[in-house]
Amino acid sequence: MVPGDILVDVRGVAKHYGEGETRVDALRSVDLRVHVGEVIALLGPSGSGKTTLLNVIGCILAPTAGRVELDGDAVFDGKWLRSDLRRLRLDKIGFIFQAHNLLPFLTAEENVSVVLDLAGWPSEKGRERARELLDYLEVGYRAKVKPALLSGGEAQRVAIARALANRPRIILADEPTAALDSGRAQLVMDLLRKLASEQKACIIAVTHDEKIFDRFDRLIHLRDGRLVDS
Amino acid sequence: MNLAIKDIRHGLFRFVLTCLGLGLLMTVVLAMIGIYNGLVADALAVVKAPAADVWVVEAGTQGPFAEASSIPATTRDAVARMPGVAEAGAITYQTIEASHAGKTLRLYVIGFEPGRPGGPQRIAEGRGLGRSHFELVADRKTGLVPGETIRLGRDRFTVVGLVEDAMNSGGDPAVYVTLADTMTLQTTMDPAAARVQAARGDGGLRAPTVAAVIARLEPGADVALLTATVRQWKHLSALSQGEQEQLLLASVVDRARRQIGLFLGILLSVSAVMIALIIYTMTMEKLKQIATLKLIGAPDRTIVGLIVQQALILGISGLGIGLALILLVKDSFPRRVLLEPFNALVLTGIILIVCLVASGLGVRAALKVDPATALGG
Ligand SMILES: Nc1ncnc2c1ncn2[C@@H]1O[C@H](COP(=O)(O)OP(=O)(O)OP(=O)(O)O)[C@@H](O)[C@H]1O
Ligand SMILES: [Mg+2]
Repeated sequence: MVPGDILVDVRGVAKHYGEGETRVDALRSVDLRVHVGEVIALLGPSGSGKTTLLNVIGCILAPTAGRVELDGDAVFDGKWLRSDLRRLRLDKIGFIFQAHNLLPFLTAEENVSVVLDLAGWPSEKGRERARELLDYLEVGYRAKVKPALLSGGEAQRVAIARALANRPRIILADEPTAALDSGRAQLVMDLLRKLASEQKACIIAVTHDEKIFDRFDRLIHLRDGRLVDS
Repeated sequence: MNLAIKDIRHGLFRFVLTCLGLGLLMTVVLAMIGIYNGLVADALAVVKAPAADVWVVEAGTQGPFAEASSIPATTRDAVARMPGVAEAGAITYQTIEASHAGKTLRLYVIGFEPGRPGGPQRIAEGRGLGRSHFELVADRKTGLVPGETIRLGRDRFTVVGLVEDAMNSGGDPAVYVTLADTMTLQTTMDPAAARVQAARGDGGLRAPTVAAVIARLEPGADVALLTATVRQWKHLSALSQGEQEQLLLASVVDRARRQIGLFLGILLSVSAVMIALIIYTMTMEKLKQIATLKLIGAPDRTIVGLIVQQALILGISGLGIGLALILLVKDSFPRRVLLEPFNALVLTGIILIVCLVASGLGVRAALKVDPATALGG
């Protein structure tokens, strides 16, 4: 593959919490490369460092050591190399987290368009894009409803729409299908796959759900903060 | 998309309730300011009413308001003859209780000479005093109406007119009667004292006295010169109008003023703490949402804007409700509640500053929150 193909390049990343007696090594020298269009599952027992790795890639958490490159830009090398991490997240990274991280005071549509608002889109265009995405994810009929009234699956699809709104190339998901029944989970995964190939994006998803393992290009196992071969 | 307003509308009922609570607190603050102003204005009203330039009072006293003063009624002629004096009038003040319509009224009786300085400046209803006996002009707050009669001492007075905002520094509404009538009031009100005087042997022989003589000067006349001249008489002293007002504020209402001033300070502090607490709580409840906003890439500007805008909306609404309420109820206070636009402006300034400072607390917490907290279940 050509170098421009690599969206996420993590080298020798380590992260420990605390010091001395209380020190926890959440990640120990992790190397990971993710290419355009790839859909990757991050597996491992509880406490193995999955969320920590996701947060490092998402520029939410500074690793203790190592180097992180996103979409060809070095963002961390012993220290953050960019001061506008939030702008970086806004432009390049889409997070899919638990359904209830939708903003409760905004409607489904506004929850999606707020990202575009922040990215500087004209509000009319932002609303249009939000509607398109919601329609595409088959929750368009719930556009004017606030998250409290959405079912778990609907909320999750709105969250996915929000993650995708600004066309990020790196989509990070922490158990995106945990709140869904297996049929819906497979549907969501198919959708993410489609988006990854259409938008030249990559997807890294933490999951415990064996029923959807076949929807991933690669399964990556973490154990005690290290990547292990499966 | 304005997040502050969206969030407020999401929890509108609670926000309105909070504004209402704050509004009630603001009402109390405004009432206190109004009472404070009213106290000062009322106290000065009685000094300002005669529109005098110089007050001639008993030597060694700071009368007639701060201390009792008693000078011979004939002083008026002497003062009127002094160079530079345009007109002079004798005046008396006394507080009496009278029963009227089954209630006891405390009245501040001002005696003056019709046609000379000392009478009411503006008659709100009815007419001023004529030359006949046993008429009075009353402050509206007495509850008296023109045509009514009321017994003062041994005599029955007819209300012929009404004035407004005339009272002493204690808030007792004033009634104006002629000086001649107050002379008879003085001798009939206090039989015990009169008997004591009579026993001393000077009862009937005493020359009539008044509390003060007020003078209006001719244009260009020198107040200082006149007061200096008056002070040369051993039994008299003189105060300029300005001195009289200062004296009244410093001696008579000073403690009440400080009391209310202090209470006002406490109230403002309580409001400040309340506002800070409300805004801080509002922010803390949204911390997870703020983390989410950070996670999806919202800049600090957006987050600070959310908190500060809500703080300002809260403050302004509270103040608005407070203003509306106080304007609605201020006339039902037993004493004057006087609000100047300036007071509302200053309070607005204070509240805005308090809101900004208070949102500082919330903003600090919000800026510190780790976007990763949005990810945890
Ligand atoms: N903020 C923190 N402070 C201290 N220790 C932490 C912190 N966050 C995570 N850890 C520790 O780091 C290790 C890895 O945590 P992480 O959340 O990455 O695990 P995980 O693989 O996501 O687990 P799970 O499947 O339960 O979500 C755990 O031992 C955890 O206790
Ligand atoms: Mg986890």
